[in-house]
Amino acid sequence: MHPSDALTQDLERDLKFTRKKLSARFILVYIALITATAALSSIASPAHAAETTKLYGVIIDSAEKPISGVNVSIAGPDGFSAKVVTDSLGAWEVLVTAKGTYAATINEGDLPSGQALTDPKKGTIKANVFMTGVELRLLFPIGPGVEKATRLERSAQLTVDGLILGLIIALAALGLNLIFGTTGLTNFAHGEILTFAGLLTYYFSAIVKLPVALAALVAVILSAFISGFLQDRYLWRPLRKRGTGLIAMLVVSIGFAIFLRYFFLFLFGGDTRQLPQYAGQAGLELGLVNITPKSILTTTIGIGFIVFATLWLLTTRMGKASRAVADNPALASASGIDVQKVIRAVWILGAALAGYAGVIVTVNQGVSFLMGQDMLLLIFAAVTLGGLGTANGALVGSLIIGLFVQLSTLFIPTELKYVGALVVLILILIVRPQGILGRKERIG
Amino acid sequence: MDFLFVIQQTLSATLGVNAIIFALAAIGLNMHFGYTGLLNFGQAGFLAIGAYSVAVPVISFGLSLWVAFLIGIFNSIIFALLLGVPTLRLRADYLAIVTIAFAEIVRQVARSATFNDSLGGSDGITGKFGKEFFDLNPFKGGLAIPILRFNGNDLWVVITGWILVAIITFIMWIMVNSPWGRVMRAIREDEDAVRSLGKNVYLYKMQSLIIGGAIGSIAGFVYALSRQSVQPDNYGTALTFFAYTVLILGGAARVFAPIVGAMIFWFLIVFIEQILREGVSSNLIPDWLIGVNQVGQIRFMLMGLGLMLLMIFRPQGIFGDKKELALDARA
Repeated sequence: MHPSDALTQDLERDLKFTRKKLSARFILVYIALITATAALSSIASPAHAAETTKLYGVIIDSAEKPISGVNVSIAGPDGFSAKVVTDSLGAWEVLVTAKGTYAATINEGDLPSGQALTDPKKGTIKANVFMTGVELRLLFPIGPGVEKATRLERSAQLTVDGLILGLIIALAALGLNLIFGTTGLTNFAHGEILTFAGLLTYYFSAIVKLPVALAALVAVILSAFISGFLQDRYLWRPLRKRGTGLIAMLVVSIGFAIFLRYFFLFLFGGDTRQLPQYAGQAGLELGLVNITPKSILTTTIGIGFIVFATLWLLTTRMGKASRAVADNPALASASGIDVQKVIRAVWILGAALAGYAGVIVTVNQGVSFLMGQDMLLLIFAAVTLGGLGTANGALVGSLIIGLFVQLSTLFIPTELKYVGALVVLILILIVRPQGILGRKERIG
Repeated sequence: MDFLFVIQQTLSATLGVNAIIFALAAIGLNMHFGYTGLLNFGQAGFLAIGAYSVAVPVISFGLSLWVAFLIGIFNSIIFALLLGVPTLRLRADYLAIVTIAFAEIVRQVARSATFNDSLGGSDGITGKFGKEFFDLNPFKGGLAIPILRFNGNDLWVVITGWILVAIITFIMWIMVNSPWGRVMRAIREDEDAVRSLGKNVYLYKMQSLIIGGAIGSIAGFVYALSRQSVQPDNYGTALTFFAYTVLILGGAARVFAPIVGAMIFWFLIVFIEQILREGVSSNLIPDWLIGVNQVGQIRFMLMGLGLMLLMIFRPQGIFGDKKELALDARA
């Protein structure tokens, strides 16, 4: 994968996180901006005459050498059209007066050999001129060209990305599923556990100035204690004691999620923030794929967490007890299992796992208050796909969703990748309403 | 503090366009959740379908607005069928997740650049597609009395909107008190019992989904018309959740609950927001505690907290009957 693609992806994530903050029209300009190659940086220029809008850009190759003599044609509202050629600095500009949508198209034939658009779809960039007197910078992503990134390489990279996404989902989904299995709670506030741990990591890393590894450790421990132990002890356990119904608890968790999300926004603000340490870490070329060291490390630890959780479930007394409670709470209780204790253990483990999922996202992509909400639907899709309440089902479902989301971008536009995953979820439920590993009697 | 202004804003919201939208959305949910026990978390999707169905035909195809309304109802029926076929056999919690996924699919497809030309991408659609409706407006001057203020267009939407709510509520009242409505409630209480009486539960659930979804799309009509624009991000999951808050506030499985719920919901929201705003701007609330831009966030926090407390301490809402709703996801 070309670095500019990685940047584009990162920025697309940022874009997703900040979409609530930006007005919709700014997003269009932003989309134009995110196609910048990694080497380009914004150059501030003095404001222009108030009635005209300047559309401009600089065309440089992947080695940052300007490319002159490239034709750029601009089409706009009311039949507006203009053609410009880049000068010796690779710069072009067009002044327009009417508001509306303009489309700038680069003539690919003018690029020197070995240079091409890194994304063939970005040969035409649209810009929405919603007010005059502004300057819009339009950037064409130029690089060694997409021809060099073969379908095989893209598939390999997307598979790795998909496995990492699957792992993040799995960490969160395991906890969600264990909690569902033992208490019947469909927890819509589970995504906020990720956000909370991410914010803690940010706080300890960027503000207390601990090393990232230590900050992450503290975040996971606090996540287990606050999001796990305290949340169960002071919110859900009293509700269970009151005999609150499961649908009522589901609605309570929705209210709790909304409360927490805006509480985080209140404290933290709306932007996506990167940890100061390792922010711009360069990727390693490993055969067909490009992956950052921090991503390798966090993912490996994540796999360790999952192995640990699985062993806990399969071998320890408490793990077995939790499966017994999930199977039949009344019978488990009658057999002398302390159900409340099991539920407490499951909450602590689940919150630690989900907290670590939040740490992975934060270290690799930065943290925003919407992080959990954006993940929640994927987590639910994974759990539903695997079968609600089945622990291995959550793992299988997560990997399928993670891989599907990433690999589907080979065939469908990137912005629709989540839609693809959700459609698959619905399709699989037609065939197997109980999920892939769910047992049939579990559904009504 | 300008109390008259606070009262004016609050009352205008209590009777205003948003209350109508949420009342209609909640009437649809009442059909789904209150009477049939379907945990539909995709109501925002139906609103989005309604909203886009009035905007797109008028703007892109030059059709009449009245035809667009019919198209909207038709689309909502089609989508209800599409949604119902795979999901109605699922247990309540599965249904909740899948319907959320459905609403998100609708929203993300609508806002994607792929369909930019017809659906307007993340910008949505803005235009005078409601012209035919507003041309009929006999109250162009609007309403401006000290405690209530609507501009001409809003007043017309509010008047026609509440008439619409009244008509739909009346139809709902007839339906749920008919033999058909009793079957619905029986399905909510015990599907298997209804099945053993020879009723086709699946078919009844589908009817419920279609009717509630169509009412949801009517809420979408009002949403789109009142703003003369459709923004995809307005139809996120939060819209569904707040429609549920409205329903639960009033009391699920009560015909008048959505109306009362919507009015109280918007009364509380706007009242609290205005009080906070006045407090912040007159420095009664210190700046380090709540900034001017943070009032909206506080509002959402209170909405979430309110939904929690409501569900914990009074799940039957204001009018509801605790005995009538003994739902359990695992039952």
